[in-house]
Amino acid sequence: MNKTATSVAGSDDLTVAGGNSGHGYRHKSRIRTNFGIYGGVFPFFIYALLFFGLPTFRVVYLAFQNQDGGWTLSNVRESVKGIYLLSFERSLELSAVSSITGAILGFTAAYAIAISSRPALRRVVQTASGVFANTGGVPLAFMFIATIGTYGLVTKALKVFGIDLYAGGWTLFTFTGLVLVYLFFQIPLMIIVILPAIDGLRLEWREAAASLGGSKWQFWRYVAGPLLLPPFTGAVLLLFANSFAAYATASALTSGTIPLVPLQIGSLVSGNVIADRANLGYALGFGMIVIIGIVMGSYAYLEKRSAKWLRR
Amino acid sequence: MATAITAPPKKAPKSGRSMVLVPKIGPGLGFGLFVVGFYFLMPVISAFEFSIRDINDTYSLGVYGRITSAPDFGTVMWLTARLAITTVLITILIMVPTVTFVHLKAKKLRRLVEFVSLLPLVIPPVVLVLGVLASMPTSVKGSPMLLAFEYVMLAMPYTFRALDSGLGAVDVGTLVDAARGLGAPWRMVFFRIIGPNIQSAILGSIFLTVALVLGEYTMASLMLWETFPTWIATIGQSEASLAVALSIFSLGFAWILLLALSAAERRQKGKKPSGGEA
Repeated sequence: MNKTATSVAGSDDLTVAGGNSGHGYRHKSRIRTNFGIYGGVFPFFIYALLFFGLPTFRVVYLAFQNQDGGWTLSNVRESVKGIYLLSFERSLELSAVSSITGAILGFTAAYAIAISSRPALRRVVQTASGVFANTGGVPLAFMFIATIGTYGLVTKALKVFGIDLYAGGWTLFTFTGLVLVYLFFQIPLMIIVILPAIDGLRLEWREAAASLGGSKWQFWRYVAGPLLLPPFTGAVLLLFANSFAAYATASALTSGTIPLVPLQIGSLVSGNVIADRANLGYALGFGMIVIIGIVMGSYAYLEKRSAKWLRR
Repeated sequence: MATAITAPPKKAPKSGRSMVLVPKIGPGLGFGLFVVGFYFLMPVISAFEFSIRDINDTYSLGVYGRITSAPDFGTVMWLTARLAITTVLITILIMVPTVTFVHLKAKKLRRLVEFVSLLPLVIPPVVLVLGVLASMPTSVKGSPMLLAFEYVMLAMPYTFRALDSGLGAVDVGTLVDAARGLGAPWRMVFFRIIGPNIQSAILGSIFLTVALVLGEYTMASLMLWETFPTWIATIGQSEASLAVALSIFSLGFAWILLLALSAAERRQKGKKPSGGEA
């Protein structure tokens, strides 16, 4: 192994440092440095390739394969028809509603704590956001069942005031119920993401606008608005991808009553497969990768743009 | 004085009032903050109330006594603990040297490593599990430890960020050069120099990883292993109040871990200015 490293780096040296003849020590140290660079990160890339790259590649590959191992587009075509098209629509709708609602509420909360002159409030909200944004899955579902499920505390309390949540056929296990639960991790995520941008609005700009005779509306319309729009849009995209990918919460809460793409994939994995559609799950997975890829790509672009003025 | 500017004198005070220099929380914002706070507190309170409520609407803590005697409690906890430990060990073993090398010697590779680390945010677990089931040999799929190897990937966006900012706060190059110059072998550099200097970053990524393993439902349930979260779901089908009690425990534990994480982060931030002197 040492030998190969020497010969590879040695040939490299001939072109780069041909003039420095006779400095054997120098050669050796450069060889070791080169080996150090790639040797140091080699395990990481092998690991990521094996446990992430390979499975991902396999999903994309199988999305375009038929049962007999030939190339086909029929899986992808099938994945945007009927119940699967409906699932994509529902998933997109759920992500859009929960991300925009979460973004607006989260922005309001973040703005309130940004302008409040109470550092304690700020610290509590910031810490709680970090904690709640990572809350999800089965425990979150059960917590909400205990809150506004049929026997939940809030349901019972509202009944005392004569409001019966479940009178009109609404349940927690519907679209709006899911949005309500998703907001529990969407709002905190929004607060975390947008707070630095709001903090970046400098007091001097407000003063400058005011001294030039600008009104509050004009400040928001011409200064704060345009500055906050890219980070706000970026945050909406991040929230969108976050809820689009979520499986656990929806699965635990609805047990499949609402058609969502992750749930469809889940039921295909669990073996509810119709024989000639074995590769359909991969096509759905490919669809999810494409959508989240576009959304996160746009997020990264907007993030980069707002990073320019955020750096103080 | 304000009239010296073109604005008509009558309007000047009005515009002065509407453009507040130091904005304060008005009644609108205050109400919004209250509603949001209510929304986050209510489920926590309700879950506790639900877990201690009996069928006859009386209250008792009995359900918490039944947790340890619930079916499969021991097996599930043992498997989850092994998964957590394995995930943490692999994460440290892979990520600490990688991020250190990237900071020390291969700054050009930093962007690439960061990109790869963030990719798990683009491929959702439910899609990744499809690929894992389709590409891993049967013998590997027979072991639940495969989950740990995948959890390392799921945690990578967070562990990379934690370690990256931790290493960014200290002057690793100088420290390592000094240690190497005095003849310390790489093993010692990692354990005695880099390790202690990014202690809070390492602790932070351990907390995050453990929280992730304790809460991960998607891959575990689709690969048919009974870990803590999938077990709660199973219990929920027969005994709602026990499942809610377990959920409280699960969330409570994760919240403690994440609180510890933010404490560790704050400590690191406080350390930043003195980083060069160390």
